[in-house]
Amino acid sequence: MGRAMSCAAALAFAVVIAAQPMASPPAHAQDPKVSKFKLANGLQVIVIPDHRAPVVTHMIYYKVGSSDEPPGKSGIAHFLEHLMFKGTQKNPAGQFSQVLGTIGGQENAFTTADYTGYYQRVPREYLGKVMGYEADRMTGLVLSDAVVLPERDVVLEEYNMRVANSPEARLGEQMSAALYLNNPYGRPVIGWRSEIEKLNRKDALAFYRRFYAPNNAVVVIAGDVAPDEVKALAEKAYGAVPRRADVETRARPKEPPPVAVRKVTMDDQRVAQPSVHRYYLVPSYSTAKGDDAEAIDVLAQVLGAGANSRLYRHLVVDKRLATSAGASYQGSAVDPTKLAIYATPQPGVTLPGLESEIDAVIAEIVAKGVAADELERAKTRMIADAVYAQDSQASMARWFGVALSTGSTVQDVLTWPDRIKAVTAAQVQAAAKTWLDKRRSVTGYLVKSLPGPEEKRS
Amino acid sequence: MSGFVWVCARRALALATVVLALSAGFALPASATKIERITSPGGIEAWLVREPSLPLVAMEFAFRGGSSQDPADKPGVAHMVTTLLDEGAGDLDSRAFNERLEDKAIQLKFTAGRDTITGSLRTLVDHRDEAFGLMKLALTAPRFDPDAVERMRAAILAELRRQSTRPLDLADRQWWETAFPGHPYGHAIQGTVESVGAINTADLKAYIDRVFARDTLKIGIVGDIDAETAGRLIDSVFGTLPAHAKLTPVPDVEPQALGRRVPVKLDVPQTSLMLGGKGLARLDPDYMAAYLVNHILGGGSFTSRLYHEVREKRGLAYSVFSMLFPLKHTAAFFVMTGTRADRAKETVDVIESEVRRIAQEGPTADELAKAKSYVKGSYALAFDTSPKIATQLVQIQLDHLGIDYVDRRIAMIDAVTVDDAKRVAKRLLAGGLLVTDAGPTQGAVGKAPAMQ
Repeated sequence: MGRAMSCAAALAFAVVIAAQPMASPPAHAQDPKVSKFKLANGLQVIVIPDHRAPVVTHMIYYKVGSSDEPPGKSGIAHFLEHLMFKGTQKNPAGQFSQVLGTIGGQENAFTTADYTGYYQRVPREYLGKVMGYEADRMTGLVLSDAVVLPERDVVLEEYNMRVANSPEARLGEQMSAALYLNNPYGRPVIGWRSEIEKLNRKDALAFYRRFYAPNNAVVVIAGDVAPDEVKALAEKAYGAVPRRADVETRARPKEPPPVAVRKVTMDDQRVAQPSVHRYYLVPSYSTAKGDDAEAIDVLAQVLGAGANSRLYRHLVVDKRLATSAGASYQGSAVDPTKLAIYATPQPGVTLPGLESEIDAVIAEIVAKGVAADELERAKTRMIADAVYAQDSQASMARWFGVALSTGSTVQDVLTWPDRIKAVTAAQVQAAAKTWLDKRRSVTGYLVKSLPGPEEKRS
Repeated sequence: MSGFVWVCARRALALATVVLALSAGFALPASATKIERITSPGGIEAWLVREPSLPLVAMEFAFRGGSSQDPADKPGVAHMVTTLLDEGAGDLDSRAFNERLEDKAIQLKFTAGRDTITGSLRTLVDHRDEAFGLMKLALTAPRFDPDAVERMRAAILAELRRQSTRPLDLADRQWWETAFPGHPYGHAIQGTVESVGAINTADLKAYIDRVFARDTLKIGIVGDIDAETAGRLIDSVFGTLPAHAKLTPVPDVEPQALGRRVPVKLDVPQTSLMLGGKGLARLDPDYMAAYLVNHILGGGSFTSRLYHEVREKRGLAYSVFSMLFPLKHTAAFFVMTGTRADRAKETVDVIESEVRRIAQEGPTADELAKAKSYVKGSYALAFDTSPKIATQLVQIQLDHLGIDYVDRRIAMIDAVTVDDAKRVAKRLLAGGLLVTDAGPTQGAVGKAPAMQ
């Protein structure tokens, strides 16, 4: 298959997948036996047993991301995430990584607009130990310019690798900025380069002291462990970390109702293959009323997931205008999110020509709705993905962590397949009509060069 | 996830995965230590791990071949074949085939490597027979309908155009071309714009007729399935393939141009660097020692020398790592990184100095002990999903390591002494490196230092 999904799309897809078997499960499917509890200091803990291998995945999600950054300090959430590996009073720089490096554990961390996560994957007997390190760096971080300044260079190289070296990523930044007029989702998670360059030790510590606290975090443990055992370990490791009285609830600037059709054109000499993209501002699972998010989720599948989707069939197979086309919905978000569409034109096809065909595909769904068989197919695949998900303890941990740090509950995750199953063709059509309104959107063109003055006039 | 970018602190995850997949290997999950060698009624061997706790079946398999079996004048045939196997087969055209897959949520995937064509299948147990039936069609009766061929050709060409200005791809392509001129390893797996434009249906069919055969086939199956059922399904998928592949002989070869620098000019803020030299064959008795040395130098953890010197100490790069890369007919060793264009020279100097230092002095006893512990412990993480276990089963067969490898591995690691590591570090790293870089030429290209 040559239908590559973009990285961002693939991740977005992964994040909305839930974790329960199909509503009419195969004979011996088992529900994931998820348990949850809360420590006295407010730390939430989720446990997902998986006894197939003697390993455990330990993740902590802080409910803070780039959208919570103060003005002028874009990138500080992500920079702090890097600096969290620089050691504490009790455990100097490199010690935690040395321990993992010796036992064969994996570790990493990630930052998004809404949350910041850290994880370790270790043989089961080390769970208590990694919890101890993680609890220690929740409050004990020590930073000096000697480690902060080289790390800022590392982040700038990460920016170069992810954004500056990639015309597609540069366009994505501009489109998000144009989509969000007021909400901080319009800022890149990694920050604007001019602001990253000025971030310092003080900024990082201020952000850290404001948001890193047990009552602003979720710990997810998946693996070869029992809930009681985890509870005892968690009490011991995290129980003594004091809660912070002043952790704020996330009340970010609200997005005004979108009223204008927006268009962004990014020219970059390195563009050897042009493309067209569109973002629609749509509700997330956290902000949606009723079943709107589920309907949008199914709509995105029918519209743009895989070889049977409307966009692929129409643009790539039938009309042969594009070499690839698809759509995705980033459902897990605290604030209103986006449904993204992309298409890559065949040589000789113009971007406006391709864009009008995308509009035609959407107009058809709005006018005539979706067929029973394509609806069933999309739902089958989404629900089956929830079964496949159980094959990976790291994915399971991630999905619960993401859900709980973006305003959903364990119950929401567990009932997701049933709610998807209940989505009707009429709801999908209504969702298309309501949300795929061009005035809610930004269209992005990625081109090698802007048209000259002559062409502009024509 | 509302941000456009999912930003990771430590290293690009995709790169980390590559390293892990090449991981040699510990104390495994209980299930994975129970590898059964099964032989189907039709005489086809497969390795099976029963895992009844989830209602899933995963199968991975490989044929010898890959892009090294492309016709000399048409690189990209193997890759193009893999894009078309699920684009219509038997009585089903592309649309019907893809509907059948999605109706039952069956996942089929094919990939061309340099030495192999691999296939992977994932299905819910309830749709097992349908899934294996579709796999059989894809392997034995692909249609190569003209519209599907043109559609995939267009998609590959679009990807090749994208790669043509992507620094990482350019440095990679340049390295293989320079290291293996005139050899099948010298061309990119995906071919070139010219060659992909020239591939026709006869090329695709001829490739399948030569490469898809039972004698080079290796199979791994994991999931809720017993040996008898697995045997029956294996016969149904592979039983009608020819007994013997008709492979074009590929000469053994060593990487050329070591000690040279070959720049590719590209106006980007970050220069992609690829430094590569001679590696060790997978069955070389020193392979495990080399694996440990590589881990200490630049392997997959945040404690390596390169990570410390290039990233932590100097802030020169976000991602820097090294790996052994054994192939069927050669063996390579790579260091890869991306670094600020105006400091690329400094980065190359730091890497080459670290390579020289470990080649001359070897690792310390403490480093070796920690590396052994890591390499033992991390093996379990390569066995944590059904497709990953199945992939390991196939890789161990391709590498001829034996079904007891997972049990022998710890003793092989323990047997490596500090003297072995020193000797092998010299053997692995004293031969010099070919450096390719894609970025603005200023800064990156200096005089290649003499390596000893």
